[in-house]
Amino acid sequence: MSSATTEAGVGGIRRSRRRMLFEDERWLAMALLSPTILLLGLFIAYPFVTGVMLSLSNARVGVPGEFVGFANFARLWNDPIFAKAVGNTFIYTAVTTVFKLALGLWLAVLLNRHFRGKALVRAFILLPFIIPTVLSTFAWKWMFDPTFSVLNWTFRTLGLIDTRINWLGDPDLAMLSVMIVNIWRGVPFYAISLLAGLQTISPDLHEAAAIDGARPWSRFWHITWPLLLPVTMVVVLFSVIQTFADFQLVYVLTAGGPANATHLFATYAYQVAIGTGLLSEGAAISLAMFPVLFLVVIIQLLYIRRVETR
Amino acid sequence: MIEGPLWRKWLFVNIPIILFVFVLLFPFYWMIITTVRPDSELYRPWNAPNYNPFWTWRPTLEHIQYLLEETLFSTWMLNTMLIAGISTIISVICGVFAGYALARLNFPYAAGIGTGIFVTYLVPQTLLFIPLSDIIRNFSLGDTPWALILTYPTFLIPFCTWLMMGYFKAIPKELEECARIDGASRFKAMLYIILPIAVPGILSAGIFAFTLSWNEFIYALVFLSSPEQKTVPVGVTSELIRGDVFFWGPLMAGALLGSIPVALVYSFFVEHYVAGMTGSVKG
Repeated sequence: MSSATTEAGVGGIRRSRRRMLFEDERWLAMALLSPTILLLGLFIAYPFVTGVMLSLSNARVGVPGEFVGFANFARLWNDPIFAKAVGNTFIYTAVTTVFKLALGLWLAVLLNRHFRGKALVRAFILLPFIIPTVLSTFAWKWMFDPTFSVLNWTFRTLGLIDTRINWLGDPDLAMLSVMIVNIWRGVPFYAISLLAGLQTISPDLHEAAAIDGARPWSRFWHITWPLLLPVTMVVVLFSVIQTFADFQLVYVLTAGGPANATHLFATYAYQVAIGTGLLSEGAAISLAMFPVLFLVVIIQLLYIRRVETR
Repeated sequence: MIEGPLWRKWLFVNIPIILFVFVLLFPFYWMIITTVRPDSELYRPWNAPNYNPFWTWRPTLEHIQYLLEETLFSTWMLNTMLIAGISTIISVICGVFAGYALARLNFPYAAGIGTGIFVTYLVPQTLLFIPLSDIIRNFSLGDTPWALILTYPTFLIPFCTWLMMGYFKAIPKELEECARIDGASRFKAMLYIILPIAVPGILSAGIFAFTLSWNEFIYALVFLSSPEQKTVPVGVTSELIRGDVFFWGPLMAGALLGSIPVALVYSFFVEHYVAGMTGSVKG
């Protein structure tokens, strides 16, 4: 741009034309948005379309495959492992969301009070959320180890158990263990987000209610909770999407085992597509998440619009 | 606030907070203690007598040494740093541009494009990784850092855009108009007047994006195959486990060292990080 001074003739005209172009809001907007639209189009919209086509074909690794209609989905419909994965995903999402919300809200309310070292506590509490999930999950896997579990050691020393708990080896317990880790990782996110919401609520409201004789519990229920609801909604919907589509935790802790007891949509899709090479069937499993995710996104969009127009 | 007696404060505030902190941080303590503990102490059954798992009197650096000398860990660290750094820069630039356009400019389909970007924000990586792995292969990007540098922005840009949009909306329009009356072009007004004010927002977006890319797993797992290309989370998962044998010492050392860059960035910018995280939720 600066070199235009010497060649004032041609460069000047070109420069002013470009300048005029960028003075037009529409052209400037287009220019500013194009890298984003290019990347999102190329790596989200395009794979979505190819994903749908893939799920309607019989492609494998190295074999392009041909159109087979809904054959993959029909097969999944009768696949007991898929049914188990669907059930697991719903239970996993529901149970962990309830606990994350309850514990996160409790922690947020605690952190909203004054105590010494508050800033430090707040900073440390977020660690489970910022440390890469796979790495912290390995620490949990080690804590759940069948022979060397520190949890078992602690419970035995406290006299609570005398046979070992097989955290990840028993089908039902394995699901519970995975949920515990998910809750552990999610609570800080809920707590800090909800704390930000709590801090926007004026303490005057609480004082007024307290003077009128409202007990703490009813103050929470009638003041805090309704005012916090918009933030809570967004946090929950956001977290439901992430939990529903979760992969890392299960992949590291159990890889879907024992005996396929802990598969979620994503881990089963990975096993079928990458493990066995049935790309089309794997794509179908992944896409089966779409209706639920779509519903949550619609709820979220409608909710945001309602809050904004209010 | 109305304060009750001291024991009430302990029972209802202090003790629960101590419990929360303990449970939330214990796995990290466990990571550290395992890293410095010799193998002979590590592999002692849970019901062995005279065994204190919470402390060691013979700390060792052998696991860290093994990790750095016998594995490609330092390569994975460099890879991750490079990939997270570049994709963060790309995403922040795209997010700033797009956020400015959506917050300040009038153009056709603005609302539609805004909603479109918001929706991609909610698309999880696990929905698209299978067709995307095909596309990556067709573009000949498989097993190169570019596979991740170009795909990570898909989940970072929407969030950066959303955050920056909020920031730009809060900056008064008059500031920009003053500059424009003085003869600055729209683009220059954005670059020299608006961007400097938005630096805290840019920092928040960047830090949050960096930690998210450091954390990403499934794309890195599927798109990269040779050991020297891997990122820390994938390298630790695939190269430190042989069949059913877990090398817990080096594994925990890898988890610990692999967390340090993120933890450092976080510790320097806690406030920005929290602003980015809560901003991403509030929209």
